[in-house]
Amino acid sequence: MITNESRRDFLKASTALLLGVHFPQALAQSGPGKTVGAFATKPFEPNAFVRIGADNTVTVMVKHLEMGQGTYTGLPTLVAEELDADWSQMRAVGAPANAKLYNNLFWGEAQGTGGSTALANSYEQLRKAGASARAMLVAAAAEKWKADPKEIRVSKGVVSWRDRKATFGQLAADAANQKVPENVPLKDPKDFVLIGKPARRTDARAKSNGSAQFTQDVKLPGMLTAVVLHPPRFGGKLKSFDDSKAKAVPGVRRVVAFSTPVTNGVAVLAADYWTARNGRDALTAEWDESNAVRLSSSEILDRYKKLAATPGTSARREGDADKALGGAAKVLEAAYEFPYLAHAAMEPMNCVVRLGDGGCEVWNGEQFQTGDQHALAKLLGVPPEKVTLHQLYAGGGFGRRANPLSDYVLEAAAIAKALDGKIPVKLVWGREDDMRAGFYRPMYYHTLKAGLDEKGNIVAWKHVIVGQSILAGTAFESMMVKDGVDATSVEGANTLPYAIPNLSVELHSPKTGVPVQWWRSVGSTHTAFATECFLDEIARETKKDPFELRRSLLAKHPRHKGVLEAAAQKAGWGKPPAKGRARGIAVHESFNTFVAQVVELSKQKDGLKVEKVVCAVDCGVAVNPNIIAMQMESGIGYGLSAALTGAITLKEGLVEQSNFHDYPVLRMSQMPPVETVIVQSTEKPTGVGEPSTPVIAPALANAIAAMHGKPVRTLPLSAEGISFA
Amino acid sequence: MITLSINDKRVETKAAEDTPLLWILRDHLNMTGTKFGCGMALCGACTVHVAGEPVRSCTTPISAVAGKKITTIEAIGATRVGKAVQDAWVVENVPQCGYCQSGQVMAAAALLRENKKPTDAQIDEAMNGNLCRCATYPRIRAAIKRAARTLAS
Repeated sequence: MITNESRRDFLKASTALLLGVHFPQALAQSGPGKTVGAFATKPFEPNAFVRIGADNTVTVMVKHLEMGQGTYTGLPTLVAEELDADWSQMRAVGAPANAKLYNNLFWGEAQGTGGSTALANSYEQLRKAGASARAMLVAAAAEKWKADPKEIRVSKGVVSWRDRKATFGQLAADAANQKVPENVPLKDPKDFVLIGKPARRTDARAKSNGSAQFTQDVKLPGMLTAVVLHPPRFGGKLKSFDDSKAKAVPGVRRVVAFSTPVTNGVAVLAADYWTARNGRDALTAEWDESNAVRLSSSEILDRYKKLAATPGTSARREGDADKALGGAAKVLEAAYEFPYLAHAAMEPMNCVVRLGDGGCEVWNGEQFQTGDQHALAKLLGVPPEKVTLHQLYAGGGFGRRANPLSDYVLEAAAIAKALDGKIPVKLVWGREDDMRAGFYRPMYYHTLKAGLDEKGNIVAWKHVIVGQSILAGTAFESMMVKDGVDATSVEGANTLPYAIPNLSVELHSPKTGVPVQWWRSVGSTHTAFATECFLDEIARETKKDPFELRRSLLAKHPRHKGVLEAAAQKAGWGKPPAKGRARGIAVHESFNTFVAQVVELSKQKDGLKVEKVVCAVDCGVAVNPNIIAMQMESGIGYGLSAALTGAITLKEGLVEQSNFHDYPVLRMSQMPPVETVIVQSTEKPTGVGEPSTPVIAPALANAIAAMHGKPVRTLPLSAEGISFA
Repeated sequence: MITLSINDKRVETKAAEDTPLLWILRDHLNMTGTKFGCGMALCGACTVHVAGEPVRSCTTPISAVAGKKITTIEAIGATRVGKAVQDAWVVENVPQCGYCQSGQVMAAAALLRENKKPTDAQIDEAMNGNLCRCATYPRIRAAIKRAARTLAS
């Protein structure tokens, strides 16, 4: 249930400093176990991010989704730093959808979260917001105490001058009347008090006692829960359905067909999920499968293998790789296979929609506000500004909620529309619905060739990638597909940092009809594996140390080299591992963050065991070292899960997996200890939500190859018969 | 009519007796702290205590728990063990997305009630059915040990 303490808070807010435009219906989402109610509409001020209450709380409007990566902690840290607030008074709430105010500064006029940009794009914006609020508090104190503002100090949420002291809350009302300053100076980084320190997460309490609100928890008056029947094959269209048995389930209220530009099906509605689910399970339907996907994974792979042998579209060309390969003393070749992957967030996709007043309201863990707003507006025939999005915590995302086609959001709205817009709808996918709804990390097939000279130096590198374009057919296509190359298919491969004189990367982007989407770290999920494993194959062939080989090729890439050396040093790379153990190393940059990992592996009675992972990261200024370490661990666990057992497979178009028994994910006993080393940097901060994910699989595969003496070229490892204790 | 005892309150429900406890909690009683993750007792997000034992509420029909003492995440903090676990979760910054954490906290509280000083292997055994896609496992482990220390002191 959404609690809305608006009345009381509204009265409090009337004596509060409101730096900001109106805060329409900002939802309750906050701080250490505390619920902050909706704010009232207030006069315009030029800063939409900070609100200081008479109760001395500082609330930061967080424009980015909190899906675990720590935005509700990292972004308030930026404000608190320049405001000189005390960390305990900081609160976070999700900002409403408003691309003018809350756009991602890296994305132009679009609000959204992704590509590990939340903290990076907010770094100056939110520090300025904090600094301007501080200046207004100081001005209010100066006026009140008739003091010279230059003599006023602010520390840990207390404003002081000589023997006078006041809290932010006490000054809030007066501060609201001060002129909003222009061009407030920001702190010199050497004076940072909070940035660089491990501030505690603002959402930890609410997420430990069950009070944190997710979309799954929303309940509106009169709302019905919708459970849906999707076409069994991608591209299937509903022909007819028989709802007689569904309607016979006691409590089933409505059964409706729905259709969106993305999907279609039948929804069964009841006051509760269990009834609706029983109704859905009693439905029968016939589907027009004339345009449906009937492929099997093995056929797709065969097709990709044939394509890889033909010339692709060039994504990078330096020197003449083909010629250099022809003249090489030795040529090494390898091919790598990657399956489709489901995101499998713990909270299956869901969405609450209420139509009315010529628009609609949506409750969702919103990752692509602007895209969803426009897609909903189009579906419903209303202006985008009449689409209100209420931000909630997301129970994991990993890319799935940033759907360029707004699939599940549109589905919820289409069902509400099919009910004549009179009934608020909560769409709830069961785990099986979620796993079979598509939008997977695409299958990929890579071939790599390296030419070596007589001394074993790499003189040529040819990399061919085959796999579906994630961006084709989306709003991103025009921006991010250049000359036939989808940037997300080749990132990490066409940015290979190693000094190799003749280098070629080619891409094939076949269509299969299987819906695909970005998955935590996107292109790097496969390119890092292919490139880093292949480099180890070269090292083994030329009897070079994998760390030293990388180091020798990274002279022009100091940040790659920096993390590589830091990880190797911490892991004791120079000393051989204990008997029965092996190590593997990998380094990769994604989203401007540099990560190197060393995996230490042992052989147990019932399989291999990852004993330890050392992870070195360079993400610029480390705003919150604790959150950085958490994200390194999280990304490693997520990547490891996929590496060990993650695979979605198709048989004649039907998805063979459905739940965690046939799509196993990482468990406690499989999670290695992770030691994170943060490489000191004064560069601007970059994201940490994704960049550790792509590195673990190649580091692990390289350790396995070191142990077994033969390379691993197919993921998941379970498909190769490699099992873990 | 089935009578349930949830967090020391008597609750009567007319729901069909095969209805899983999870949906009585979430949809009938609006106690949404207990989460739906898989519906097949495969992920542990829906863990509650029945007579002190951790139970997956998504596959537990209400007929099976009639009259038994049910405790959910909404009330576990009122117990000494539950409070120690939740406090340790906050200090160790365990939650990320947070969706699985109600179940994790319930599983950890059940473990610590039975075992005052669990080893790593015992923690693995007790917690292995509780999935976390954010892989907060190392911090869950640390938090369980912290809670155990608090309870011992």
